[in-house]
Amino acid sequence: MAGTIKDAGTRRDFLYVASGAMGAVAVGAVAWPLIQQMNPSAAALALATTEVDISTIQPGQQVIIKHRGQPLFVRRRTPAEIDSARKVNVASLPDGLARNAAKDASAPATDENRVIRAEWLVVSGVCTHLGCTPAVSTPAVPQGAHGGWLCHCHGSDYDTSGRIRSGPAPENLAVPVYSFMSDTRIQVG
Amino acid sequence: MSGPSTYDPKSGFAKWLDQRLPLPRLMHDTMVTFPTPRNLNFWYTFGGILTFCLAVQIVTGIVLAMHYVANAELAFASVEKIMRDVNYGWLIRYVHANGASMFFLAVYIHMFRGIYYGSYKAPREVIWILGVLIYLLMTATAFFGYVLPWGQMSFWGATVITNLFSAIPVIGPGIATWLWGDFAVGDPTLNRFFSLHYLLPFIIAGVVGLHIWALHVPGNNNPLGIDVKSPQDTVPFHPYYTVKDAFYLVLFIIFFACFVFFEPEFFNAPENNIPADPLVTPAHIVPEWYLLPFYAMLRSVPDKLLGVLVMGAAIISLAVLPWTDTSRVRSCRFRPTMKWFFWFFVAACLILGYCGAQPVDATLFGIPLVWVARLATLYYFAFIYPIMFFVGLFETPKPLPASIAQSVLGEKPAAAE
Repeated sequence: MAGTIKDAGTRRDFLYVASGAMGAVAVGAVAWPLIQQMNPSAAALALATTEVDISTIQPGQQVIIKHRGQPLFVRRRTPAEIDSARKVNVASLPDGLARNAAKDASAPATDENRVIRAEWLVVSGVCTHLGCTPAVSTPAVPQGAHGGWLCHCHGSDYDTSGRIRSGPAPENLAVPVYSFMSDTRIQVG
Repeated sequence: MSGPSTYDPKSGFAKWLDQRLPLPRLMHDTMVTFPTPRNLNFWYTFGGILTFCLAVQIVTGIVLAMHYVANAELAFASVEKIMRDVNYGWLIRYVHANGASMFFLAVYIHMFRGIYYGSYKAPREVIWILGVLIYLLMTATAFFGYVLPWGQMSFWGATVITNLFSAIPVIGPGIATWLWGDFAVGDPTLNRFFSLHYLLPFIIAGVVGLHIWALHVPGNNNPLGIDVKSPQDTVPFHPYYTVKDAFYLVLFIIFFACFVFFEPEFFNAPENNIPADPLVTPAHIVPEWYLLPFYAMLRSVPDKLLGVLVMGAAIISLAVLPWTDTSRVRSCRFRPTMKWFFWFFVAACLILGYCGAQPVDATLFGIPLVWVARLATLYYFAFIYPIMFFVGLFETPKPLPASIAQSVLGEKPAAAE
């Protein structure tokens, strides 16, 4: 008697588990496209490269270009700015990593690790806190305490190497992959 | 409290319908004969006002959607077209835009009233939690709506808020990209926000239905915070409270209309009249006034993830009030200590709102506002957790009146106030 009940239970259990599993697969198959439709389409994913003519940028000046829909800073640093970026003790930085797409992920945040040519700093214009575009500091209009950028949204202060020095931003401004095509032209991406 | 139904269908059709779909009976029992404490004051009229606000937002919103274009290239111009070309478009948009501010003003009064009179306490915890959920849905809806005109504040507000999710370790950046549909806020983001902005008000309406349903089980709390004990403590909802609600609703509409007709841009940031520019962040970005306290909390924490967590916890923590409050007495009228802490809480919220509106490095009398905001944030959480807990344990409440009727009719006035 016990065997009969157990047998019946086993068959029902099998059907129950099998239909439950098929149901779960069906729910997943329906949910996946509904979730995935929100991710960037192939058109948005297609990596674009951007060329920048840097011949007109004067020392101490920066231009903002649009790269993959986001701002990118190209800054021609003065010797004083390079100097101030290089004499910083890396161990004292809030974020000790270079955040350079062209370097190893564990590379330390020395200024040398964040530039190709010392005069030219190319960094993302997206504050690593909540995505605002930080304001550039110039001798005429200083921004922040470190001569780099100050994000007015929540007060993140970046130095002349684009490294976070104080404020809520967790990371240094990202350095994208870029290369010098000539002395007056760079290609980003 | 909701006793046996007293609905008596008169006509043949009413009897026929009552046996098939007793909707008139439901309306009769909940909106006509429903026994309501006889001592509800002005502060209890905001529930009706909020229902009105939701209806106004839905009706004007449906009309605006007939003219608005959810496309990054066309959105700003379509809003201008609503303002200039569409017949009465200016009126409908100003009612909708100011209506959002009125909605939040009313909901904040409604929430503070609930805290003051202890309306969140047993047996009304579920009403309160549903209310917190409605408030969360309201903030989401308001945020999506604010993005739609696609001005500078719309764009950068959307950027900052969606970036909050990137603070989550490991999966955060993926979530942000998933929300955007791109690598930054853009056209796909605008489209989905429009879709959700249209959807959420109907979800709110559904949760409001549950909120009212849950309210009709134990019935209204009241300014004395004591239970209804006999029929003498109540009056029928109609005409007593329909008339009272209607009177204050009219006053509220006059207040509302003053903004719509005389200061329609009062709550609007001038910056939002500039079309969205992904390369230029405005020097001073602020959310709408009703989100400023939470924005101040976010800014007062110097760590990205912690800042986001504190901001989220500020809203979620409201839901646990029924359990952090240990007092057996509901109304602050009889809680001499808690009454003070309550008004400090209101002040902390206002101070946070003020700090949130100022530039990040602003000072007041030489004190950096970020420290003021930190203190106020600390008090906000202290109020919900330790203060609610310990004051409830150690406070000696004033004697409660024997009944609502006795207190109202002045027989042996046990209630001093």
